[in-house]
Amino acid sequence: MTNPLADMDKPDVIFCIGTNMTECHPVAATGIKKAVAAGSKLIVVDPRHIDLAKQADVYLPIRVGSDTALLLAMAHVIAREDLVNKTFTDERTTGLEEFVEHVKGFPPEWAAPICEVPPEDIEKAARLYAKADRSAIYYTLGITEHICGVDNVKSLCNLTLMTGHIGREGTGINPMRGQNNIQGAGDCGALPNNYPGFQAVDDPEHQEKFERIWGTKVDLELGMTKVTALERCGESIFGMMIDGENTLLSDPDRNHCQHALESLEHLVVIDIFLTETAKLAHVVFPATSWAETDGVCTNTERRVQRLRAAVPAQGDAKPDWWIVSQIARRLGFEGFEYESAKDVFNELCEVSPLYNGLDWDRIDEGEYHWPVPDKHHPGTPRLHETGFENGRGIFSCTTYRDPAETINDDYPLWLTTGRRLQSYHTHTQTGRSGGMEYFLPGESLEMHPDDVTRLGLADGEPCRMSSPRGAIDIVVKATTKSRPGTVFTSFSFKDTPVNVLTGSGYDPTTHTPELKVCPVRVEPVAAS
Amino acid sequence: MIQRGEEGTAANATVNIDGTDVPFADGETLYEICSRHQKDVPTLCYDPRLDPFGGCRLCVVELEGARNPVASCTTRATPGMKVRTETGAIEKHRRTLLELVVSENRQVAVDELSGYASQEMKTLVDRYDADRGRFQGKKSGHSREDDDNPFILRDYDQCISCYRCVRVCAEQEGDYAISVMNRGFDTKITTEFNGLLRDSDCTFCGQCIQTCPTGALADKKALANADVPGDIEKTRTICPYCGVGCSVDLVTKGDRLVGVQPAMDGPANEGALCVKGQFAFGFVQHDDRLKTPLVRGDDGELHPASWDAALDRAADGFRGVVERHGREALYAVASGRAPHEAAYTMQKIMRAGWGLNHIDNCSRA
Repeated sequence: MTNPLADMDKPDVIFCIGTNMTECHPVAATGIKKAVAAGSKLIVVDPRHIDLAKQADVYLPIRVGSDTALLLAMAHVIAREDLVNKTFTDERTTGLEEFVEHVKGFPPEWAAPICEVPPEDIEKAARLYAKADRSAIYYTLGITEHICGVDNVKSLCNLTLMTGHIGREGTGINPMRGQNNIQGAGDCGALPNNYPGFQAVDDPEHQEKFERIWGTKVDLELGMTKVTALERCGESIFGMMIDGENTLLSDPDRNHCQHALESLEHLVVIDIFLTETAKLAHVVFPATSWAETDGVCTNTERRVQRLRAAVPAQGDAKPDWWIVSQIARRLGFEGFEYESAKDVFNELCEVSPLYNGLDWDRIDEGEYHWPVPDKHHPGTPRLHETGFENGRGIFSCTTYRDPAETINDDYPLWLTTGRRLQSYHTHTQTGRSGGMEYFLPGESLEMHPDDVTRLGLADGEPCRMSSPRGAIDIVVKATTKSRPGTVFTSFSFKDTPVNVLTGSGYDPTTHTPELKVCPVRVEPVAAS
Repeated sequence: MIQRGEEGTAANATVNIDGTDVPFADGETLYEICSRHQKDVPTLCYDPRLDPFGGCRLCVVELEGARNPVASCTTRATPGMKVRTETGAIEKHRRTLLELVVSENRQVAVDELSGYASQEMKTLVDRYDADRGRFQGKKSGHSREDDDNPFILRDYDQCISCYRCVRVCAEQEGDYAISVMNRGFDTKITTEFNGLLRDSDCTFCGQCIQTCPTGALADKKALANADVPGDIEKTRTICPYCGVGCSVDLVTKGDRLVGVQPAMDGPANEGALCVKGQFAFGFVQHDDRLKTPLVRGDDGELHPASWDAALDRAADGFRGVVERHGREALYAVASGRAPHEAAYTMQKIMRAGWGLNHIDNCSRA
C-alpha cells in the first residue's frame, strides 16, 4: 500500500475494485465503513454483489476479466472532461499527452458492452474519482489474478497519475495483501528477480554486493517463477523445497500440479500439518507454528512487526529458519550459524536498504513502516509524498484483451473464485480451529436463481461443474449475489477442489494465474 | 449529547483539576483530561474508541457553578473550568450509582477469560465496597441460552445496559447487528427480529465480548478453558491470517493457548479483530500437528525419523539431484505465512548455497 491503514477513513472518495474486503480483510474494511458513515463516497467494482456493494454510491458489476476496459474508459472520461490535475502531471509525471491521445480510442460506449455495465455508470465513477480532493484506490486479487493483472495495475496507476491522488493523506493505490507475511516474503528476497529489499538480481552491482557479503558466487540471471518451475518438474527441475504452502490445493490446475510434484526426485516440505502437498514429499519437517515462533512479519501497509512465541512447540517441531540452516550446514554452506531468529533478522536488516535503519529491538513496538534507510529515520507511512523513486510517474498505454478462455457453447458460464470470511486459504488452520463449521459447514456454488432454474438445477442440491481441465461436484446455492451467467466458489475445501478446473492462463510478466476467470459448464449430476 | 465547549480554544487555555491548572486541547472532554493526569475517575459505559455516551454516570465530577455533578465523559472542557474529582460527596454519589447498577446482576465475579474488559465492574465494586443488596428487586435482561453459536455467550442476566456492545458494533465494526429494544427493566440487547446471532448481520468479530464490562457477552471458546489450571498470561503478537497485521494478545495458561484478545493499542487494528483472528486459534495445539520429521521409506510410505536422519536425508537428496542434473535442477518455494527468518534463509540457501535465483513465494496464487 502506498498509504497506511490509518488513512482508510480519510478519503472523500473510496474506489474499491476486485476486493471483497469485508470477508478477506475485515478489519481494514471497518475503516471504509467508518468513512462511508461519515459521508465519504464509495465506488465498488466487482462482478459479485459483495457486502461493500450494498453501501456503494456507484456499483459496477462488471463481467469478470474486463477491468482494463473499464479503467481505460474511466481515463477517457477524465481526459475528455478536463478533469486531469495539470499541476500534478506537470510536476511529477511524463507521457501524459501520448496517454491522453491513446485513451481517446476507448470511450465508455466502447467499454460498456465489454464490461456489461451502462456507459453512464462508468462516467459517474470516473467523475466521482477524479473530482474529489482525496480519492483512494483499494484492490486485491480481483485485479491481479488475471492474464492482464499487470495491465490492470498499470491502468489503476494511470488514474492516480492523471488525478494526483497519490502521495497525500487519504489517497494512494493500495493493494490489500492476503497473507500475514506475504509482503515480508517479498521483502526478504524470496523472489526470482530480487535480492532482499527488492534489489534486482540482474544488476551486477547487487550481484557483487551479495557475493561480497556471502562470500559465494550468485547467478546474474533471473530465476524462474514457481509457475515455470512447476511446469519444468521432471524435465529440468528435479529437487524442490517447499515451506508452508499447500501447493496442491492453492495452485491452479491441480492435476498438472500433482503430476509435477510427483515427478520430482527429491521433495522436501516444511509445514505444520501433513498437508496434501506434504504427503507427496520425500522428507517432511515439522515447523513450529504461529504462537510458538519468535520472528518478524510485515503487513500490507509495510509495517514491520514482531511475532512472539507464547507456548512451547508441539512435539519436536522447530522454527523454519533453524531447519533450513541445518540443511545448509549439512551441505557445507557457510553463513548459516544462526542461534536465534534475532540473528537472522538483524542480518536481513544489514543487507536490505529498506530495513537498514531497523533491527530486532527497534521493531518491538511495530511503529515503523519501511523504507527505514537509517537509524534516525522515522519510517515511511506514506510513499511518494515528495516524488517518485525513479523520477517521474510514467503513464502506460494499456490495452484490453479477453481472458485466456472465454465462454462458449461447451462452457457457457463464467466461474470466478475467491475466499470466505470464516475460512482461510486451504482451510488447514481454520478447519482445525473448532467452531467454524457452525457457520460454514462446506462449500457451495453461488449461482443466480434464474440460472439455477434455466439449467434444471435446484438450490441445495449437488451439480457437476466442468472446465476443459476437469470436473467437480458441488452443492448449488441460489443467490442474487451472483450476476446471471457468472458463478462463484472458494478454494478452501478439499472436497470441492476448484483448482481442478482453474488454470486457463497466466499473466505473461508475473506468471500470476488467472484464478478469477474460468469458463465452465454446470449441469445436474445425473445428466453427466 | 456532548456539551460542546467554545470553538477555537486558545492554545494556552487551562482548566483547574483538583487545584491544579492544566492545559487542554480543543474539544477534549473533562474525562480525557482527567485520565491524562492520572485521575482515577471510574467509568463503566466508557470505551475510549467510542463516542462519549454518558449512560452510567459513574464518571461524575463536581464542576464549580453547576448545580449537580456532571458526567465528565460528555462534558467538553472550556477555559477556566474548576473541577473536583475525588471529594467525599462525589465518591458517595458514585457508590450509590454503582449499587444501583450492580443490584440486578446475578454475579459480579466472572472469569477473566470472558473478555478483555470483563473485570471492569468487579474492580469497581471492590474499590467502592458496593452493597449489592441495597437496591435488590426487579431485574432486566434474560440470557439467551438458546443461541447455540460456538463463540459468543449471551448471558444478559449480567447485562447493565451500558450499550458498549451495541455501540462498538455500530461505531467500530460498522455492522449494526445488535440494538437496544425497550426501555427500563424491559431493556434488551437484541438482534433484528430478536433471533440468533447467526441469523443477524453479526460477523462474530468478537468486539462486543471484548468491550463488555461485566461478562454478559463473553468468549465461549476461552471460557471452555476455565478449568485449565494455571495463571492467565498474555503475550503480544500479530494475527496469523490476512495481511492487515492486527495485534493480538495470546492468552495462555501454562503451556495451553486458551484464547486470543485484540490489542486495544494495536497500530493496525486498535482493538478490532475478525472472526478468524478472534476465534480460529485452535489449530496450533490440534492433534493433527506434525510432531516429528517424516522420511519416505523403501515401502513408499512416510515414517517418523530423528532430526539427524531426516536432515541428512534432505541434504543428501539435494546433493544427489545436483550430481545427476546440476545445481540448476533445484528450486525452492518460501512461505507467505511463515516469518521473515524463514523466507530469508530459504532465499539464502538457494543463492548463497547454490548460486541460484530459483526461489519464489506463494504470492502468485
